[in-house]
Amino acid sequence: MQFGEEVMNLLYASEGKPLSRCIQCATCAAVCPAVDFMDYTPRALIALINADEKDEVMASNTFWTCASCFACSERCPEGIRPAEMMYALKRYSIWKNQFQDGLVGPDFSRRFVRTILRNGKSYEPGYAPAFIWEGGFTGALREVQIALKLLRRGRLPLIPSRIKRVENLRRMVGRIMPLEGLE
Amino acid sequence: MNKTYAYYPGCSVEAIAASYHVSTMEVAHKLGIDFAEIEDWNCCGATAYAHVDELLANVLSARNLALAEAEGRADVVAPCSACFKNLYFANEHMLDDADLMEHMNYALEEDNLHYTGSIKVHHLLEFFVHEVGLDRIREKATDRLQGLRIAPYYGCQIVRPRKKGQVMADVEEPRFFEELIEAIGADVADFTHRLQCCGASLVVTNRKAALAMLREILDSAVAAEADVIATACPLCQVNLEVYQSEVNHEYDTEFQVPIVYFTQLMGLALGSKPKKVALGKEVVPVAKALAQRQE
Repeated sequence: MQFGEEVMNLLYASEGKPLSRCIQCATCAAVCPAVDFMDYTPRALIALINADEKDEVMASNTFWTCASCFACSERCPEGIRPAEMMYALKRYSIWKNQFQDGLVGPDFSRRFVRTILRNGKSYEPGYAPAFIWEGGFTGALREVQIALKLLRRGRLPLIPSRIKRVENLRRMVGRIMPLEGLE
Repeated sequence: MNKTYAYYPGCSVEAIAASYHVSTMEVAHKLGIDFAEIEDWNCCGATAYAHVDELLANVLSARNLALAEAEGRADVVAPCSACFKNLYFANEHMLDDADLMEHMNYALEEDNLHYTGSIKVHHLLEFFVHEVGLDRIREKATDRLQGLRIAPYYGCQIVRPRKKGQVMADVEEPRFFEELIEAIGADVADFTHRLQCCGASLVVTNRKAALAMLREILDSAVAAEADVIATACPLCQVNLEVYQSEVNHEYDTEFQVPIVYFTQLMGLALGSKPKKVALGKEVVPVAKALAQRQE
């Protein structure tokens, strides 16, 4: 199977047109607010996928730099949905455990899923280990200062809140995919 | 008797965005709207959950929709744009795809739930504009916010992806937020970046990218001489407000732009005391911007 097809197969409900329709017009790159921080623009990434350059694609930070704003998906003249494609690549990358070294995104996503499976709800302070040292020591200090400001205003939860029927929720998720793979 | 709407708060409003929740309840009270919080609701999955598996992300929303349906509600209202987007599209996907609905119901059996697809999902902002109606809001609004220049920040997921039946103009030129601001007697500060992304979870996963995006939005609001930016999503509010000091640090700027929830401004316009709409928990002070407009 071609890589492009493999990626599209990870999009269960998306109604986008196949990536092979891409005419390389770069509208997606032009409207992307995070493009300056991507190693390949969305347009270039689609070209790589269509050329079956799988390793090059998986080593790129582009899909982990997508903020899910959907500007590209709304404007693609060929009806491709690049934002949804970025989701598919993130899934593929987590599934194959293959991503650029040093990215925060994969660790953050995994922590998030584990938190939901444990509590049924999100808990922001629990994600801090994924990123706290990114800005070095002074960055971490400023991070703590921000946390303290929020804490003083009662805006940081000290303990995670948990739904009552979290065991049922876990069993529900278990009917979709094996829990061992997620925890 | 009044109709009761299911209210899906979302995880953020329990702490970091508590002001959004408090002011929403206050505004609902002022307008005579009954919101009933869905009992034992779970996280919508935000965006990170969908990074792992699409079906997994859907099942989280399916449970919330099934809970609301079991409580006899016809509508679910969500104040957070990401929650709204997840609930709305999970609902649409299940309605469009019988196999998906069956698959979700197979999973829901584990919580003794079943979903038939009868729920309508609304974002809180659109709910006020389209369901409650601007006339009803205008009628009850005082002139307290007269002269206050509010920048309506839509962000992304309240308008994008577009919904069934919508055209490009709905996505590119929405006006409902501006209309609401006019209805509560304030002035609209038209700014270029009202539909640009706040960076969302990039603030965690790629801080520099998020700060660059936030800077542009703040710049644009200042250029439009906004007194305050109004948001309709906890993530947008937190990124623009709490990380404003990080923008200043990164770019050597001196932004001091107050960022509030639109419901806090609505509450003030409807005659609520600032405390009642949870003003005073901000990191970037709001009081000065509002002072000249209050008795």
